Amino acid sequence: MNWNGAEDAGLPAASLPPPPPLEWKFSQVFGERTAGEEVQEVDIISAIEFDKSGDHLATGDRGGRVVLFERADVRDRGSRRDLERQDYSISRHPEFRYKTEFQSHEPEFDYLKSLEIEEKINKIRWCQTANGALFLLSTNDKTIKLWKVHEKKVKRISKMNMDDSQAIGNGSIASSSANSPRAYLPNGGCSERPYNHLSSDFLFPPGGFPSLHLPVVMCQETSLVARCRRIYAHAHDYHINSISNNSDGETFISADDLRINLWNLEISNQSFNIVDVKPANMEDLTEVITSAEFHPTHCNMLAYSSSKGSIRLIDLRQSALCDNHFKLFEEHEAPVPKSFFTEIIASISDIKFAKDGRHILSRDYMTLKLWDINMDSGPVATFQIHEYLRPKLCDLYENDSIFDKFECCLSGDGLRVATGSYNNLFRVFGCVPESTEATTLEASKNPMRRHVQNPARPARSLGSLTRVVRRGEATGVDANGNSYDFTTKLLHLAWHPTENSIACAAANSLYMYYA
Amino acid sequence: MAMIDEPLYPIAILIDELKNEDIQLRLNSIRRLSTIARALGEERTRKELIPFLSENNDDDDEVLLAMAEELGVFIPYVGGVEYAHVLLPPLETLCTVEETCVRDKAVESLCRIGVQMKENYLVDWFVPLVKRLAAGEWFTARVSSCGLFHIAYPSAPDQLKAELRSIYSQLCQDDMPMVRRAAASNLGKFAATVEQSYLKAEIMSIFDDLTQDDQDSVRLLAVESCAALGKLLEPLDCVAHILPVIVNFSQDKSWRVRYMVANQLYELCEAVGPEPTRVDLVPAYVRLLRDNEAEVRIAAAGKVTKFCRILGPQLPIQHILPCVKELSSDSSQHVRSALASVIMGMAPVLGKDATIDQLLPIFLSLLKDEFPDVRLNIISKLDQVNQVIGIDLLSQSLLPAIVELAEDRHWRVRLAIIEYIPLLASQLGVGFFDDKLGTLCMQWLEDKVFSIRDAAANNLKRLAEEFGPEWAMQHIIPQVLDKISNPHYLYRMTILQAISLLAPVLGVDITCQKLLPVVIASSKDRVPNIKFNVAKVLQSLVPILDQSVVENTIRPCLIELSEDPDVDVRYFANQALQASDQVMMSS
Repeated sequence: MNWNGAEDAGLPAASLPPPPPLEWKFSQVFGERTAGEEVQEVDIISAIEFDKSGDHLATGDRGGRVVLFERADVRDRGSRRDLERQDYSISRHPEFRYKTEFQSHEPEFDYLKSLEIEEKINKIRWCQTANGALFLLSTNDKTIKLWKVHEKKVKRISKMNMDDSQAIGNGSIASSSANSPRAYLPNGGCSERPYNHLSSDFLFPPGGFPSLHLPVVMCQETSLVARCRRIYAHAHDYHINSISNNSDGETFISADDLRINLWNLEISNQSFNIVDVKPANMEDLTEVITSAEFHPTHCNMLAYSSSKGSIRLIDLRQSALCDNHFKLFEEHEAPVPKSFFTEIIASISDIKFAKDGRHILSRDYMTLKLWDINMDSGPVATFQIHEYLRPKLCDLYENDSIFDKFECCLSGDGLRVATGSYNNLFRVFGCVPESTEATTLEASKNPMRRHVQNPARPARSLGSLTRVVRRGEATGVDANGNSYDFTTKLLHLAWHPTENSIACAAANSLYMYYA
Repeated sequence: MAMIDEPLYPIAILIDELKNEDIQLRLNSIRRLSTIARALGEERTRKELIPFLSENNDDDDEVLLAMAEELGVFIPYVGGVEYAHVLLPPLETLCTVEETCVRDKAVESLCRIGVQMKENYLVDWFVPLVKRLAAGEWFTARVSSCGLFHIAYPSAPDQLKAELRSIYSQLCQDDMPMVRRAAASNLGKFAATVEQSYLKAEIMSIFDDLTQDDQDSVRLLAVESCAALGKLLEPLDCVAHILPVIVNFSQDKSWRVRYMVANQLYELCEAVGPEPTRVDLVPAYVRLLRDNEAEVRIAAAGKVTKFCRILGPQLPIQHILPCVKELSSDSSQHVRSALASVIMGMAPVLGKDATIDQLLPIFLSLLKDEFPDVRLNIISKLDQVNQVIGIDLLSQSLLPAIVELAEDRHWRVRLAIIEYIPLLASQLGVGFFDDKLGTLCMQWLEDKVFSIRDAAANNLKRLAEEFGPEWAMQHIIPQVLDKISNPHYLYRMTILQAISLLAPVLGVDITCQKLLPVVIASSKDRVPNIKFNVAKVLQSLVPILDQSVVENTIRPCLIELSEDPDVDVRYFANQALQASDQVMMSS
């Protein structure tokens, strides 16, 4: 871990001594595999996201499904404002239970381009809750959808004016039963309905007809329903890699390899292109957009990362087309001699704003970097994730693992960061200056199995860490160290917005930890 | 189950279908809610139907939208204005749903009901509703409440008024930007109902807060209320309070805010009076015309005529015209296009001399613009300039541009210019037209694109109407009839089309002498498509020609065509024969 100018970087709690390292404990697992069970491709989790309150968690998978979990340790689910005021007791850690799931995307075929569109969920983002209903955006490669999940009353209707027996008895009324053929008018009306024969001179007595009455509706139970409210389609020529809600509550962006589009949540048939990095000649293409996110509080600011390892901050106020960034963050000096892989591993796979809006966390293949948006000379901190893989980059390139897109996340208090690695490992770092916290955990019921608490020298002791980890799995490694399991990679993880709790995906299983 | 009398079945079904599983049927029942209400009578509508609707409000948006709309005109069915308040509860719940269009409709209906309610009922029922919504747990309710204050406020007693004002000011500071936006966009309406003294003290401080909001999206809407508030305030107060804000906004960091200012600025000129306009607003406007962001320049350019009209001739010549000159060669085609669409209107404002000296060069440069939209926008407003500078000057400069557009490689551009030709012809007169545009009109008949040929044929008809048959005989007919020998059958078809359009305008004599022989000759064409089009044209000629001509010339030709080997030719020939029979019978 390298610290650059941390003193004046205004890191959270800079003046305080670093908090003690967290003791991570296993909390829950959903979709755990039994021994020897094959993982179905469609079940592999491809997106994880907590909502703003931390009361809900959503996962998306390669089969196009979205699964929702809700917090189970909050018993009295009163009004939202009550919940905000309520202090969670510290002893309790977040526990979640399955809430519902729905099929968000289906596989499609683009006939114009002869292209299959996978149903895999690339990203999920939560929107503002309203009226007790949950709203979230989900996207695959091409199409973004807005979903509403809410409790719908299950109604039982009784005491109709016309009961069924009567209806069958009268031929003219039989058409009211739901399965009889009807002639719909183009305007959605329904022709040939008996009441259309109600002549205009039909006289209504002043007191009405006492024999008529309204149906009685009884609702005992409710059921959870997910409805697709809007579909934002046909705006991306390339694959969508991120979506992000704006703090103004009415707009969001979607980014693909070359463009970023701005949408209004209410309008699904138009979007505005705000960033376009497509060169006039595609042969001149040297850099693509890999991830984009809105600033958590400033509605005019957003950041996007590129395959060359740079992060650009743009200001929507400056102009309608934001091809010019107003700040550029990139690492200037090359710490290691350039090799064939230098550019590939520099590609940023994910960026996240810290809650304070001042810091941006980025993940490239080998490191996590923390940037201060007021300091564009370089990252304020760099964390090595799996330095022991550096000699193996060639193998990783050959089996395409080098292009794996790892996500990263920050804790709600901004004191720690986390990201995933291979062998279902993930790492948590303290990002306060002087912090030595660098924990390695495994996504299993016993996370500390491979846990190595780094003793004194964080950054330079990575070699020893590597050895420890290797020793831990010595049985699986041959002399060349080639048998790392690059298929068990932990790409997706999310930190609870208010508590020290991490949800991470190992293939089809969702593991949750707390500290 | 109650037994229902035979004549009531339709209504009984309508009522039952309020809860049908099929959304179309529910929607249908809701749209006929007034029928249901009349069948139940006023009292049971109040006591049963309205509570029933209040309880059953978790339906699909389409149904809720229809319900919100119906309830807005429901006062007659609940027993008149005295009972209007019973309609409030169902609308109140509709004000809280998350679908914006349903909420907006519910607010609209509430306003519609509110203006009819008696004062004491408003205080008893409407004001509490507004307060409940404003204190709503979810932002949706609070957003809706913002649109109701202007109805609730006027009838409230003083103490309640103070409370409403303070609630509104809280809404303007809500945590949710959506609520602040709703409050900002409704501020003008609310302010119009507030007394002058509070306007200055309280509403202006609310306004000040909104203008300093962190969220661009809120500040944007505050700009909109600038003009509304400006009109409510006395000129002096407007200068003191609104002017500095709008001048600040015109230099806001966000181009969206400046864009709004560019759109609204002219409305403030009258509110602040001439002197502040000259000192503050004109420089602000000039800055916007020279803004870095093209979108802002587009908005500013689009308002240039409205702005100048308010200023009179002197100020624009000094300050605005130099900017207009720059904009006419702006790097963005959209800016030039926006300018071109309004700049003609400046001619009457500036007068003849200034127009000739200053504006004409700008018109010319826009007429030569490489972007067709810009040129079209100029040409479509030519009459305004014609009145000021006269035809000679105009025609000298105009013609090359028109010729160029007429030959543009985009057929839509050619189409657009064709549609302006009759207008130009009437503005410019016969002499000018003959010299310059006649050949163009003929060229279009042989365009590669069908829509152009079609439009060209129509154009000839409109020209013949404008200049009369004699002119047409000289300048159109010979050229058109020559083209019937075109080797390509599609072009020959265009000529037939032109003939059928021209015949009614030119009258019987010319048709018989000149047009009919050509049509008859075409019936011997080798292409069946031409032949059945001959049949169609002949059919169209029957009603306007003498019976003898029909009998001697047209019918023999049609009879011959009706024995053609081609099935389509036979079909259309028979159609024409039948039609001619009918005409003969009736005459």
